[in-house]
Amino acid sequence: MINQYPLWKYILIAAILVLATVYGLPNLYPMQAAVQISPISDEFTVNSNLKKQLDFVLQEKKLVFISSKLDSEAKILTYRFEDEEIQNKARDAIFNSIPRGYLITFTRLPTTPGWLAALGGTPMNLGLDLRGGVYFLMDVDMDAAVLQALDRMADNVRSELREAYIHYLAVTPQGRDSIYIKLDSLSLRDKASTILRKELSNVLFSESEDDGKGVLKVTLNENGIKEIRDFAVKQNVTTIRKRIDALGVSEPVVQRQGVRRIVVELPGVSDPAQARDILSATATLEFRMVAKTTGPHATTRSTGFKRRDSKATVRLENWVLATGDSITRANAGFDSRSNSPAVFITLDDVGGSRFTKYTKERVGDDMAIVFIEIKKVTKLKDGKPVIEEGKYVKEKVTIKDVISVAQIRDRLGRSFMITGLDDQREAARLAILLQAGALAAPIEIVEERTIGPSLGKANIHMGFVSVMVGFVLVLAFMAVYYRVFGLVANLALLFNLVLIVAIMSMLHAALTLPGIAGIVLTVGMAVDANVLIFERIREEIRNGNTPQSSIQAGYEKALSTIADANITTFIAALVLWLFGTGPIRGFAVTLGIGIATSMFTAIMGTRAVVNIWYGRKRVSKLSI
Amino acid sequence: MEILRNNLNIDFMGKRRTAMIFSGSLILIAILSFIFMGFNKGIDFEGGVILVVKFSKSVKVQAVRDVLEDADYKPRVQQLDSPFDMLIRISPDKKAKLELDKNAATQVDAGGVKTKSHALAVMELLRNKIDQEVKSTRQEEVGPQIGEELRDQGGIAILIALGAILVYIWLRFEKRFALGSIFALMHDVIIVTGVFSVFSIEFDLTVLAAILAVIGYSLNDTIVVFDRIRENFRKMRKGTPVEIINRSLNQTLSRTLMTSATTLLVLIALISFGPSVIFGFSFALIIGIVVGTYSSIYVASITALLMGVNKEDLMPVAKEGEEFAGGGGPGTYP
Repeated sequence: MINQYPLWKYILIAAILVLATVYGLPNLYPMQAAVQISPISDEFTVNSNLKKQLDFVLQEKKLVFISSKLDSEAKILTYRFEDEEIQNKARDAIFNSIPRGYLITFTRLPTTPGWLAALGGTPMNLGLDLRGGVYFLMDVDMDAAVLQALDRMADNVRSELREAYIHYLAVTPQGRDSIYIKLDSLSLRDKASTILRKELSNVLFSESEDDGKGVLKVTLNENGIKEIRDFAVKQNVTTIRKRIDALGVSEPVVQRQGVRRIVVELPGVSDPAQARDILSATATLEFRMVAKTTGPHATTRSTGFKRRDSKATVRLENWVLATGDSITRANAGFDSRSNSPAVFITLDDVGGSRFTKYTKERVGDDMAIVFIEIKKVTKLKDGKPVIEEGKYVKEKVTIKDVISVAQIRDRLGRSFMITGLDDQREAARLAILLQAGALAAPIEIVEERTIGPSLGKANIHMGFVSVMVGFVLVLAFMAVYYRVFGLVANLALLFNLVLIVAIMSMLHAALTLPGIAGIVLTVGMAVDANVLIFERIREEIRNGNTPQSSIQAGYEKALSTIADANITTFIAALVLWLFGTGPIRGFAVTLGIGIATSMFTAIMGTRAVVNIWYGRKRVSKLSI
Repeated sequence: MEILRNNLNIDFMGKRRTAMIFSGSLILIAILSFIFMGFNKGIDFEGGVILVVKFSKSVKVQAVRDVLEDADYKPRVQQLDSPFDMLIRISPDKKAKLELDKNAATQVDAGGVKTKSHALAVMELLRNKIDQEVKSTRQEEVGPQIGEELRDQGGIAILIALGAILVYIWLRFEKRFALGSIFALMHDVIIVTGVFSVFSIEFDLTVLAAILAVIGYSLNDTIVVFDRIRENFRKMRKGTPVEIINRSLNQTLSRTLMTSATTLLVLIALISFGPSVIFGFSFALIIGIVVGTYSSIYVASITALLMGVNKEDLMPVAKEGEEFAGGGGPGTYP
């Protein structure tokens, strides 16, 4: 008998249909605006008391929440709201009524029922163009990365030599890739060379003589430079991710793109200025002693620094007590004694014990905290900007401000606080920067896109309407043109749409506007396979074949054409996905998935229905 | 329902001279336009700033323009749905770019700790000089360097797609068909980009995606036609190549038009109801599908014909080809 499928095929198709429906289903449930509260450090907890307090605060301000849920295990307190406006107000209310030890995150949560969530059903992710947010493309300054690494290497060389009791005259970075080391004699040079060769990798050594003194030049080789650059980008990705976590953005994306770029997507953020400021800031701290001219700790090795508040010059010792790198925790807060914003700092073990040891020796002396920031500014000459090749020349400047000077009253432990900051906002910013660590190399934002949430909503709505209208038009057209067979194709088309949605949801692929366009296009093209088959069947009937064998021949003959046509289009989608970025990728994903699913639904799906309808019967005429 | 008659016999190949002149002149116009008109490149490919702003009161376009020009920007300001909504575009032409840099730079210096972008600088200007309450709903800024990169990437993507397709058809069919289809695809790409150049419609990343989709679509069409030509070359004992190609085109015509029609239907829905951001995308696809349909009938087949496609080249190597007339399955490569 022709036009019959073995039972397993029907079962397979039915199983796929059921699966697709189940995993497509979560998309029918709307997303809810939510605020989540979680503690930043162990000193704070979320418990039923906090929940009661906040429930009360929100009720008092008439900010209606749909639900409040305490998850003690995950240490998260979640409030769900009707819309973004209430969410916004509620966040502010919560922010103002609890201590700073909590992270308050904006998010959107699905309302998927429990049984569906238990099966792993989640709705599709929406791209930034559909839900609003900020997109940044950042360029890592690779030359600066190498220079910074050279600085670290020079430090390393100095301490290696000191440890081996080799006196050096100079250790300085030279040019773009070398360190210049000058030693008192040639024998010292050779000794230093032997030690450093053991310690440093990916470098070339060259020894020379300068006026009887030994000169050793350490140059990074290609591999060394490559590694440094690679490390800089990876390190920056980590740092940026930490900074974003501290900002409290839900579902952020931080990804390396290509050799030197980093992509950052912050859904739901509508103020790019703040995000930009935090992400690209290269700020850190240094702790130094104020230089004394008399007494046991008197020193001449000192440098002048400007005070941020009074602009007065303070002379600080060249020796650095500790840097921001030793900081393990930094929280913004408020110092009730001085009534000013403060940052509470905890140092790591090494930094902490160093700090304790030296501050004990120096009780009664003044210690200064230096705020260091690297910025790019326009180069000025005689008060006018310098122009080269039609561009303003930018130069990097390192700004070092003394933000506070305080007397050491007692030896300091690992934890202390710093004050002298402009305002609460700066305290919060500094805390985030210190907590996340410094960037391994400065970054520049080369591309920035912000989509407001209202535009995102409009985009979703319009995208949805156009898919529906296009869909209905095609359904009507097919039904009129191919009658019963047209209806079968329509069924397959519907199935196809469900499959695309289900697969997108399962892959957690983000749906974007070009993605919707891709779906629309697939709807139009998915019928192509059926058109090919149906035209073939008509042809077979015209050639005088029986209905049953016409169906058989139609499907069989059209198969290779459909395969060829779809494979080539699939190749195009694949290339788009591989080589495209942003909107192109979003389009390629849905197009590719659409082609795969439409092959299945248009060939196997329709055949199953046709077989059930026409198989096992005597048919004198086909409705085609 | 059937629109076309059963035994249609249009002499497509007889009009090949007309088609060649028609396609040739379209391509010529497109290329001339590339040279003399260039493209209205979107910020994706050129760099620059796009802002969609909402004022809290009715504001005149000229007022916005004046404020920005005073700050040495060279803006294009366009009113959207209401006098409250405006689209501002600042593109970095040589001189304006310099000004753009200056503005951003001064913002950095003046702003102290905060690094600022042009988009933010513009927003601040509008806030200070026109409307305190102005809000941006869309704010995009692309560095010129990135623009260049995106342009190169797009070009590479198209070339690689064409190359991969060429190889596939070469293996699956025959080299003359492969060249014919590539020629048809280039024809489509040139004409669609030509339309964007001639009418100075903004060309951005989504339009590029659309062009790649056109390649996929037009190819789909071409393959279907070629598949039938190959089948007929094997099946029909008599007949010149011209007759066989004509016969194949007529047989597939109904399907060609039908698929184009359904795809056009959804695209018309997209262009009428979809958001304005994807106007360029939908428009490129509509042009592409019309051109692609035409090219798979004329350009691809004429090229294959001119290159001397014949029966011997298309006979299957293995014998089962005759029975499985739908075209060579795997293992029956010509």
